[in-house]
Formats: sequence, C-alpha cells, structure tokens
Amino acid sequence: MAKKKFVVGCFDDENVLFPAVKKVRTAGYKIHDVYTPYPVHGLDKALGLRETSLHTAGFIYGITGTTTAISAISWIFTKDWPLNIGGKPHFALPAWVPIMFELTVLFAAVGMVLTFCYLCQLAPFVKKHHFHARATDDLFVMAIECTDKTNVDDLQAFLSNAGAVETNVQVAETGWWLGRYDKDEMPFENKEVATA
Amino acid sequence: MSLLKYESQLREPLVNGNKTYAQVTEDIVRPIEAKPSKLWYIGFYISVALLMFGVYSVYREVTYGIGQWNLNKTIGWGWDITNFVWWVGIGHAGTLISAILLLFRQGWRTGVNRAAEAMTIFAVMCAGQFPIFHMGRVWMAFFVLPYPNSRGPLWVNFNSPLLWDVFAISTYFTVSLLFWYSGLIPDFATVRDRAFTKLRKRLYGIASFGWTGSTKHWQRHESLSLVLAGLSTPLVLSVHTIVSFDFATSVIPGWHTTIFPPYFVAGAIFSGFAMVQSLMVVVRKVFALEDYITIGHIEAMNKVIVLTGSIVGIAYLTELFMGWYSQNKYEGYTFWYSRAYLFSPYGWSYWGMMACNVLSPQIFWFRKMRRNLFVTFFMSVLVNIGMWFERFVIIVTSLYRDYLPSSWSVYYSPTVWEIGFYMGTFGLFFTCFFLFAKYFPTIAIAEIKYVLKTTGESYKADMTAIEKESASDFAHKVHAH
Repeated sequence: MAKKKFVVGCFDDENVLFPAVKKVRTAGYKIHDVYTPYPVHGLDKALGLRETSLHTAGFIYGITGTTTAISAISWIFTKDWPLNIGGKPHFALPAWVPIMFELTVLFAAVGMVLTFCYLCQLAPFVKKHHFHARATDDLFVMAIECTDKTNVDDLQAFLSNAGAVETNVQVAETGWWLGRYDKDEMPFENKEVATA
Repeated sequence: MSLLKYESQLREPLVNGNKTYAQVTEDIVRPIEAKPSKLWYIGFYISVALLMFGVYSVYREVTYGIGQWNLNKTIGWGWDITNFVWWVGIGHAGTLISAILLLFRQGWRTGVNRAAEAMTIFAVMCAGQFPIFHMGRVWMAFFVLPYPNSRGPLWVNFNSPLLWDVFAISTYFTVSLLFWYSGLIPDFATVRDRAFTKLRKRLYGIASFGWTGSTKHWQRHESLSLVLAGLSTPLVLSVHTIVSFDFATSVIPGWHTTIFPPYFVAGAIFSGFAMVQSLMVVVRKVFALEDYITIGHIEAMNKVIVLTGSIVGIAYLTELFMGWYSQNKYEGYTFWYSRAYLFSPYGWSYWGMMACNVLSPQIFWFRKMRRNLFVTFFMSVLVNIGMWFERFVIIVTSLYRDYLPSSWSVYYSPTVWEIGFYMGTFGLFFTCFFLFAKYFPTIAIAEIKYVLKTTGESYKADMTAIEKESASDFAHKVHAH
C-alpha cells in the first residue's frame, strides 16, 4: 500500500474538536480520520460519514439463522427420520420455537461480530499505524491527508489556531479505509455542526 | 457541553472525584500494571487448590461412574443439577446489566458491566460442567449435537427441553463472550498504548486486534453494541425460561407448573445481582475503584435485589396457594408436606430458602441498609445460599417421594465427591475471576469516559448553570441545536 503524508492535530477537549472539524472541512481539507478514546456522539455526522449498515447485516444473519433452524428440523423430523412421539404430529412447530429463536440470535451475533471485525480490519496480530499513543487515552487525534498542493506549515498553524494542543507531520501506510464520506451529509452547508 | 447531554444535578454522580480522561485511564489500568498484592496470591492459590480438588472429584466420577455420587432410584437429579441451575442463574446478571440496562439507558451500568459480564461467562462455564459430567459417559457428550452420523443418522430430539437447553446455554455463552470481548477491544488498546514493557505491548497488541479508535470504527462499534444488546435482552430471558422448561414440561408434582418461566428468570436476576454485589464490594476496595463503583451503584443493585426477591417470594406463595386450590393430592402433598412442613425430611431446606430469599432481602427497603457495604455483602452471600436452597428444594423434594410409595427414596445426602465437584466449580470461577481482575480492565474505560462529562462529580456544576437558565432560553437552544 502506498505511503501517504498526513498532518496530525491533537485536541484535548471535544468541545474544541467539533468547531475545529467544521473549520478544517470548510477550509477544504480532507480529514482522513479522527481517533478518539471513546465514542464521541455526533462526530461521525460532523465528519460527514454515512450511517453504518451493520445492523442490516445483522438482520440478514438473523433470518438466516431462523431459516436454517426451521428447514433443518422440519426436514429431519418429517422426512429423514420421523419419530413417533406419543402419536403427536411430526411437524411440531411450537416445540421448535426455542431452537429457532436461539439460532436466530446466534447467527446474528456471530455474523455481526465477524462482519464488524472484517470491516474494521480487526484481528489478532494486525499491525496498524497509530498516529498518537494517547488517542486511546485522552486525546482526540485528527489526521488530515496531504495532497501535492497542501502547505504543511500553513495547515499546522491552522490547526493550532483551531485549538490543537499538538501538531505534527507523519508519513504513514494506513491500510484500507472502508468508511465512505457521504456528500449528502456535509453538515456545514445548511445546518449547524452538531456539538454533541 | 451539549444541552442534549443534560442530566439533573439531583442525580448522584456516577464518577466521584475531579477526574480527567487521563486519570480515568490511570485509575483503571493501574492494577493491571502493578504487581499483584499478597492477598491476590493467597486468593488465587486457594482457588487453584479448590479447582484441583474438583478435578480429582470429577476424575473419580469419570473413572468409576455416577455411583461415586449418592443419586438413587428416584433422585436422579441431585446436587449436580441443583448446582447447574444455580450457576446458570448467577450467570444472568452480567448480560442483564450490559444489555437490558443499556436499552433502558441506565448510566450506572458503565461502572459494573465489565466485571458482571466476566462473572457471567465464568458462571456459565461452571454451569456447563454439571450436565456434561452428569451424562456419566462424558466422552459421548458430543451426541447432543445434531450432526449427520453413522447411527442412522439418529438425530437428537428437537422437541425435548433438554435439547433446547443445549442450544440456549451454548448460544448464551457464545453471545455473552462476543459482547464482552467486543467491549474489551478498545480498552485493551488503551492498556497497549501505555504499556512500558515489550511483552505487555505485544500481548495487549494481540488482544486489542489493532484497534485505533477511528471514528468510523466507533460508529460501527456503537451499532454492534446496540444490536447485540437488543439480541441479548430476549436471549437472557429465554435462557432461564428454557432451563425452567426442563422441569415445567414434566409431570412431576412441584415441577409441573406454568409459573416457572417468570419465576426462574426473576430468581436468576436475583442471584446474579447478589453475586455481582459479593464481588464488587471486594473489587472496589482491593483495587481502589471506589470512585467508579460508588455507593450509588451498590444501592441501585440492592434495589434490583429487593424487587426480584419479592417477585420470587410472590411466586413461592402462589405455588403454595395453587397446591391447595388445585385440590390435587399429589400437588398438595409436595407443597404442603414435603416442602412447607418444617418437620418433613427436607422441610429445613424450604424454610432456609424462605428465610434467605424472601424475608431477609426486605431489609433493603431501608435506604441506610442499601448503602451499607457490610450489610450488602452479608446479604449477597445469604441470597446466594437461599437461591441454592431453592433449586435443591425444587429438585429433591419433588423427586424423593413420587407417585409410588414403594419407590420412595431413602434420605439423600451428597458424597464427598459430589461436594468436591461443586467446590471445584468455585475454584474454576474464582481462578478465572482472579486472573480477570489482574489482567483485564475491570471497568469499561471507554464507557466511563463517555459518561464522565455528564455524570462526573466535577462536571455537575455545568448542570447547575443550565438549570439557572429560563425554560424558554433552554428550549430555544435545544431547537437551534
């Protein structure tokens, strides 16, 4: 993967971060990502990220589980080996509800977690570039991707002006980025930035 | 400070002290980085010793057969299934705290959910041992799985509650583990990024799956947590419902009752919270986490205990009433002689259960008692003894005298290997918990940081400022937002 150059600005307060995100984006810079120690609500909107579809995937995994349970059990108990249990019907749907429910939950949970790990490229032994060691502690770390035209010094000054407590330049290989910036979610054109 | 994060200053702070994000990290990660205390070693070695005793007891059972236990012709389920249901019940609090309280937006769950979930997973691990070794020929345990086999294929019975239990417990264990671990990933990253030895950095690097804290990843993480919580909520209710079906679908007097599912679920939450209390009262002291697991947290859990304890109490009384009202002589005999008559062979266990589960938790109607650590700890132990009696009462008093007087059993008391098996699961549980407390962040760091600025003690002043504004100003700001 190609190496890219980033200007990194670190913020220590989410109330400074939100206006800074707005300023940086209005100035036309492309924010690669913001790394935060906890889920900052509204930051995804402020960055113009689209909503995740993970829950839709979860729903699909869930109904796969239900279908697996009902089709497997009904085939086994009506076709493959119909057991006579006190003369009761072979197709005993009410008795299968518990297992159908459990498999729904199991498939949805396992599928979602695997999908989550795949999308975020999370796995043991995965090595990633970390822009700042304190991004998991108490800093909100904004990484801005540089183009040929970017004046690095100007951008650093701009970030300091916007309230960054620390700025630096890093060259990094970032791996794949599956998050998509959504043009429709541009928050600064007609609505206020959500300062959550 | 967003107005949407407004929380009344009348509410007790969830994080005491003047904390910053860095201090939260420091306080919670410190026990991981420090050398364990002497007390930790003593506790850990006692647990391992208990575990070893359990392993030996199980070894005897596997080698010589179920005859090592005192089960007899009518008491086919004795201590083993009692302990199974007891442990599964305890394993309900963690997922309840993290899932149901997440959906109900209860902020106080953040202080206790991590340890409670860990406890859940260890308790379910202990529970699973009992039905597996109860099979006798444990090497054929895989027969419970439905897979195409060379015996026909002879399938498992999908209409049987015992098989539903296999699915319920294994699903519950898997989902709880995934939920717990997905929450641990960001916290492991926090430990990794401040590690000062190479080995620690490497190990926590592996455990944290390369987490960076990217906004997109957090967005997906939030979605994942919410959906897992939504799935776990009915799951946690289904698991003990299905455990109760093991009894309720039978025709044994004392088991054959429709009240069982809600009564078992309430009892499970009751005993689970009691176990969380026993552990939290100790953990907060030993690791100096009093600022995060506050008296407010303890009080909230005590409220759940008095509620669920009373639900269980109503269930007991309803059963007694129905034992009389049905005018079924077998039901009447079980409920009014085998159980409620103090001088019947097992009457002591019924009244032990009543005293521990129904009467004693009523002390928590008093705020002073709810906020007293000694009382809380004492009560939590008492509740778990009571809940063990409950399962013993349900199983043994129904089985020892059934329809045929000629089959009535001799008095059942466990052998040392039965007790040893039970002690062994205590060893397993506490060995795991000691390791967890030493090597894992015992409190969800990221979640505490998330609530810090609304419910931290030093941020409550911001709320006062908001409260001073006039209502119209406040409304205007919220709308502009």
